[in-house]
Amino acid sequence: MSMQAITTQQVTFNVFRFNSETDYLPYYKQITMEVTSEEVVLDILDRIKWEHDGSFSYRRSCRHGICGACAVKVNGKGVLACKERMNDMIGLFGTELTIDPVSSKHAIKDMVVDKKDFWDKHEAVEPYLISEIEEHPEMECYVTPMESEALLESDLCIQCGLCHYACPVIEINDAFLGPAAFAKAFRFNADVRDEGIDERIGIVNQPGAGIWDCVKCFECAEVCPKEVNPIEKITKLHNQTFERNDAIDNVATRHAVGFAHSIKKHGLLDEGELVRYSEGNIGVLKHVPVAIKMWKKGKIVMPWNMPKSDKLDEIKRLVKSSSTVKF
Amino acid sequence: MEKLQYALFTGCTAKESTPEQLMSTYAVAEKLGIELVELSEASCCGASHLQDYDDFLSLVLNARNICYAESRGMTMVTICNTCQLNTAMTKHRLDKDPALKARVNEKLAEVGLEYKGTSEITHFLYAIIDDFGLDKIAEMVVKPLSQFNIAPFYGCHNIRPSELQNESHKKAENPYNPTSLDDLIIACGGVNVDYEEKNKCCGFHVELQAPKTASILTGNALMGAMDNNADWMVTPCPLCHLKLDTQYEHASHAVGRDVKMPVLHMQQMVGLALGCTPDELGLQHHVAEIDFL
Ligand code: SF4
Ligand code: SF4
Ligand code: SF4
Ligand code: FES
Repeated sequence: MSMQAITTQQVTFNVFRFNSETDYLPYYKQITMEVTSEEVVLDILDRIKWEHDGSFSYRRSCRHGICGACAVKVNGKGVLACKERMNDMIGLFGTELTIDPVSSKHAIKDMVVDKKDFWDKHEAVEPYLISEIEEHPEMECYVTPMESEALLESDLCIQCGLCHYACPVIEINDAFLGPAAFAKAFRFNADVRDEGIDERIGIVNQPGAGIWDCVKCFECAEVCPKEVNPIEKITKLHNQTFERNDAIDNVATRHAVGFAHSIKKHGLLDEGELVRYSEGNIGVLKHVPVAIKMWKKGKIVMPWNMPKSDKLDEIKRLVKSSSTVKF
Repeated sequence: MEKLQYALFTGCTAKESTPEQLMSTYAVAEKLGIELVELSEASCCGASHLQDYDDFLSLVLNARNICYAESRGMTMVTICNTCQLNTAMTKHRLDKDPALKARVNEKLAEVGLEYKGTSEITHFLYAIIDDFGLDKIAEMVVKPLSQFNIAPFYGCHNIRPSELQNESHKKAENPYNPTSLDDLIIACGGVNVDYEEKNKCCGFHVELQAPKTASILTGNALMGAMDNNADWMVTPCPLCHLKLDTQYEHASHAVGRDVKMPVLHMQQMVGLALGCTPDELGLQHHVAEIDFL
């Protein structure tokens, strides 16, 4: 192993400060210090407290990336402070760095946030095995390595909340359960010992709260320090809904199914027909004002002018032979 | 330099609700001397919704599209962020999972095709930056956009998940501080505007099922650009464009402020700087009128 020389750099930190008991508004405090190439973000938080201001508050416990307590944001990027190297942060953002709590809206004191909404939503998806267990079992309940692989590492989640507070829908829609709760729902749905899948799908399938309100921005996949990839699990939950015939016939489900219909007919997506099919003949009317404006600018293709893919017969054949679900 | 050649996957939007995007792509390619061969056989990529319904079908159809770039021996170039994501994600999943690739190829064999994994997939934005070169674009600018403050709107699916996206970029893009589109604005002589929403979501994908969420996200983006003195916005994604250009009334309503602002496709911006005419770039096709020329 080659030893890399330890280097030092001067870094200016803008640190979010807020005490919900005494401050009306949060403010930033600027601190400049020498940072060595071996330090992690948590070392900086420690040094702010020890060397600059003893009243500075933050959470940490394990120091090994496993308790999820030390989540903060550096220049907008959610990180586990104990895992993230200062060198990498400087590489990404330069030597002026802003340190924020994961959600300023939920700040209690400095980096410490109130995660009640996170835990409530976690609980809402029934994050435990639901199963009839014999009172006096005669043998263990085996789970083969292959069966446990089906969890797709969703069991690695440490409930740090980084994905939850990075999710733009959580910011806007209080009912939305969020990426961590969905990943957790998948984790138990995918467990061979579990019998609560239909119950859980019933929970995550609700308009407003459920998977259909995810905007597919991939913020959750990007931020997760454990590579849980919540959006991938959300897709799996969508798939489970259709596979188990639990899909509710509504605008969201028809929006997904409509693509298959359109591709079968044209190869391409018929945008107008997708909106009509998803919304229904009455619901579609609310889109008429925008559609007229678009039509005036030559942005609407009429049904009789709908372009088609070349070799459409190939596409039709594949849609027929490769479809795995029905709606 | 040898003439650059790509297999163009237009996606559906450029053939329907954003015709100006297809026109301007060809106009810019011609100015730069890039040859685009249209993948006329391609189907819709499923726009990140088909896979919710039927993941396997989505893989087969996207693999088929890639086959046609492979059979032409070309890199596939996309002009929509979501097409880029779906296609690159399909490639990534098939290339790393031989069993899945075999299952997909079994289906493709029915129509005489085989997915091999020999074509790269890149968005036109990165094709012109990485392969053609920013410096060369800058040298070719005849009408610098120096009087404009231009706000870049990156669109999620070109920058996240970064691990996947950076597989096809020469210079890694930091999803928390992307620079490619800013660099392109500067190369065109414009002034790039920094604002918080530049790498955030426009909400397009829930427009039907969660219109309020979608409108707030669009409104926030337009507001961010406006409050930082942007004259107009520019985006590489036709879906973001639809949201920002045609839905500003809903967005204004959602954020309680008039947020109407001209929004250009990146191809139109480059085209303007290279001296293309407004007609060639389809500037008459915008709902939020282009009023600054
Ligand atoms: S992909 Fe969906 S769940 Fe994940 S952060 Fe975005 S909106 Fe939230
Ligand atoms: S999924 Fe990842 S980011 Fe989200 S709470 Fe779990 S560990 Fe944290
Ligand atoms: S920014 Fe919006 S429209 Fe563009 S790719 Fe992302 S979600 Fe889709
Ligand atoms: S202190 Fe436990 S994860 Fe960082």
